[in-house]
Amino acid sequence: MTQFKDRIPLPPVDAQKTNMACHFCIVGCGYHVYKWPANQEGGRAAGQNALGLDFTRQLPPMQITMTPAMVNRIKDHDGREYNIMILPDKACSVNQGLSSTRGGQMASVMYSEQTPIGERRLKYPLVYSGDDWVETNWERAMALYAGLTQRILDNDGPDQLFFNLFDHGGAGGGFENTWATGKLIFNGMQTKMVRIHNRPAYNSECHASRDMGIGELNNSYEDAEVCDVIFSTGGNSYETQSNWFLAHWEPNLRGANITKKREWFPAETVGKGKVILVDPRRTPTVAICETVAGKENVLHLAIQPGTDTALFNGLLTYVVDQGWHDQAFIDEYTSGFDEMLTANRMELDECSRITGLDRADIIKAAEWAYKPKASGHAPRTMHAYEKGVIWGNDNYRIQSAIVNLVVATHNVGRRGTGVVRMGGHQEGYTRPPYPGGRPAPYIDQELIKGNGMMLTVWACNAFQTTLNAETYRQVIKRRAAIVNQALGEARGATTDELIDIVYDAVKNKGGLFIVDIDLYRTKFAEYSHLVLPATHPGEMNLTSMNGERRLRLSERFMDPPGIARPDWLIAANMANALKQRYESAGNAAMAERFAGFDWTTDEDAFNDGFRMAHEKEIDSQGGPTGHLATYERLRAAGNNGVQLPIKAYQDGKLIGTEMLYTDNNFDTDDGKAHFQPSPWNGFPEVIERQKERYDFWINNGRTNQIWQSAYHDQHLAFRKGRYPMAPIEIHPQDAETLGIANGDIVEVYNDYGATTAMAYLEPDLKRGQVFMMFGYPNGVQGDVVSEWTDRNHIPYYKGSWANLRRIGTNPAYLRDVSFKRRRYS
Amino acid sequence: MSRLSRRNFLKLTGSSAALGTLSLSPVAQAQQGSSSPPAGSTTLPYPRDVVARLDDVTVNQPVYFNYPDNRSPCVLIRKGREVKGGVGPDRDVVAYSTQCTHMGCPVNYDQEAETFKCPCHYSIFDPDNAGQMVIGHATEGLPRILLEYDEAEDTLLAVSIDGLIYGRQANII
Repeated sequence: MTQFKDRIPLPPVDAQKTNMACHFCIVGCGYHVYKWPANQEGGRAAGQNALGLDFTRQLPPMQITMTPAMVNRIKDHDGREYNIMILPDKACSVNQGLSSTRGGQMASVMYSEQTPIGERRLKYPLVYSGDDWVETNWERAMALYAGLTQRILDNDGPDQLFFNLFDHGGAGGGFENTWATGKLIFNGMQTKMVRIHNRPAYNSECHASRDMGIGELNNSYEDAEVCDVIFSTGGNSYETQSNWFLAHWEPNLRGANITKKREWFPAETVGKGKVILVDPRRTPTVAICETVAGKENVLHLAIQPGTDTALFNGLLTYVVDQGWHDQAFIDEYTSGFDEMLTANRMELDECSRITGLDRADIIKAAEWAYKPKASGHAPRTMHAYEKGVIWGNDNYRIQSAIVNLVVATHNVGRRGTGVVRMGGHQEGYTRPPYPGGRPAPYIDQELIKGNGMMLTVWACNAFQTTLNAETYRQVIKRRAAIVNQALGEARGATTDELIDIVYDAVKNKGGLFIVDIDLYRTKFAEYSHLVLPATHPGEMNLTSMNGERRLRLSERFMDPPGIARPDWLIAANMANALKQRYESAGNAAMAERFAGFDWTTDEDAFNDGFRMAHEKEIDSQGGPTGHLATYERLRAAGNNGVQLPIKAYQDGKLIGTEMLYTDNNFDTDDGKAHFQPSPWNGFPEVIERQKERYDFWINNGRTNQIWQSAYHDQHLAFRKGRYPMAPIEIHPQDAETLGIANGDIVEVYNDYGATTAMAYLEPDLKRGQVFMMFGYPNGVQGDVVSEWTDRNHIPYYKGSWANLRRIGTNPAYLRDVSFKRRRYS
Repeated sequence: MSRLSRRNFLKLTGSSAALGTLSLSPVAQAQQGSSSPPAGSTTLPYPRDVVARLDDVTVNQPVYFNYPDNRSPCVLIRKGREVKGGVGPDRDVVAYSTQCTHMGCPVNYDQEAETFKCPCHYSIFDPDNAGQMVIGHATEGLPRILLEYDEAEDTLLAVSIDGLIYGRQANII
């Protein structure tokens, strides 16, 4: 962000240039960070700036993306000021020079004293004195944290230590940070009372696929370029995996890759790609696909919400009855097919009745995706799924039904195929084994029941991103207030005395001591008692992998605000403080549990976890060959990095894996893919009740301009100005019936809670169905989501039914927000 | 009244306020061809160009022009109703750069949807709301060409730009 809107400083030729994978979505676009002294500027001539572009004349289209949001002014701890510019990397195979609206703003979200972001970033540890926040130092913060943790561990056991915890890559994640936190929590504290950032238990969103032997990220983005059909379920990739769509799907749908397909598959019939999109809503992605590919190549299956399992079982039955499955593959490389087929069999008429889809459309989907091509070859169909499945009606069951169909038709392990989740965050998981079983404890419900004495909230915000959220918040606030009262009476207390006071409140009075570790003082932090300032990529070296398992190193280029620290260092500080306390107490066994955190660099944390999975019991996405990746090698690999698992390091290069399961050896004990029975079983009882009682299905998800909980976006005028309140798309006739107009504040309510949203009329919505943005600070959709989960405690966020009521108009919304249609056509 | 304050006055009122001459001031002429602001100013030396006679502009029909030089395509639209930043007697005339701020592709005006649409990456911008991005992959709205209306001559003048034109270090090359 510069002070001027109509000019920006150019990096001089000798500007520092480092690599950065985007902080935000799964796609992980590659960017370059330029940094140079603030009193210098590059010239306009091509030879005078680091971009090598001639700004003495108008650049033609597609040369660059370079906007005021891509520059900022920073100050390092030594007081020196610098300009930074963060631009997409043309040589990165992921984005090929494209930036998304999220990644394109990375420079704007870096810490600068001169911006709202800078003003609001946490800079120092804070403690709550009972009625106010006071800054403190790390020593006191760690003494309080470790002292209370030790007291609870010793007296009450690990099950009283609760965590809300990130588990991913990108900002608020990364292999360094997942390892450090996992080592502290699972090896040191040995608590199983942990939930993940967006769900109420410690689980996988893809248990079913994994149980069947297929990791959920098993192909490359390039496979979307060469497949015959993209079969997308419950996704909206233009908005949520933007450059995967733009750089890889779109050219295939446009017919630009036919030559490449002929080269890759010389004996096969090839043509322009087709796309099947399963979604109750005509999303912006559907509209763009129709524009790009022509309506004749797009099949939008506007399914009845929650009936995906029936669709895939119906398709499977039809495909098998037509003989379009791959019997030879099934016989040799799978198990359980006959049992699964018997359980899942669903005739076309029943499938049509349950899903609300025309028989003809179901047949058309089967013919596009599975009927042998003119050349006799099976089509290469890439199946992609996301929150419509992940947060759908029984995650485990739907996913089983999809993977059954995929395996039966051998659409995995062949180029141009794959069955993949499209993904939210980037990935970055490397932790010791989780000490709990499966299903893992439903942490939210445990807290609501009054269990847990201490809750550490790490880089997440369940106030906005959980189910049954209103009840959850009410309980947290009530239990936090018990501790507040105790803290307010602790005048002049030493840290040890404070620990006594807090312990009494959480042990005897039902209180909950809350620690929040974040970039900002979030809504959750407002009800915490200790707040610790963390860093994000750019302020530390951080590794992550994207949706095609591409590992990259995002390099540190600036100092964090104040005395903020990386998560791995905060975890190490906690562990070291606990170790010291146990040593002082003469408890060597407990001290040993917190040993091994004597790291001084980001790379130390990376080396201790990601690179040790071949020697120690570690669940790591790097696997046993992770040790081949060093910071030096990753730095040399740049924004193309390496696709995990790494095969070798040869001739100065890391050699990765483009596609999994090409050898038909799956991730099961016997190496076979396992079919799983997943018969259609209707809706959970609680959801049936909601459907009966309320008028609207509250579909929900992301929009492209807002990343997750809007932790940065709520402070940026370009973002918050677009959506001052969570928008809710509603059909104009439904709106008219309720007296609702564009920009009106609408209450969304049911027996679980109530929230508000900003009306956004959209004729492509079906009557009786609305779509609300998820996870926003102003209008929390989770308030109207039931507590129901699948067998692994995966929520059914999509399973909300509620009523709507017009509250009134905010003239500022009408004045400042566009309500034009978001569909391209 | 200084140039700057008069511009702001006109922007606020949307009327001509008896402009006098429409030709470039000597300072602006001296600065043309350079992005350096004149001494004592933090604004770029934008030219004042007559774009069209208001009477010749049909509602919802785009009028194409170049500004601040002939390598920068722009469009003027009379909306027929008051819109944010609109000038003229009905405060209904706005103008924008037609180069998408994302990667410079020429945006098209969709008369039915009343939005600008980029055919390269499908971004959509709203002329009724200061060029706000409705959806898409830009990090900025469309640059607004700031207009003045000369009531005496019934002409619309481009006088400045709010936002950076794609493919430039500064709007004035």
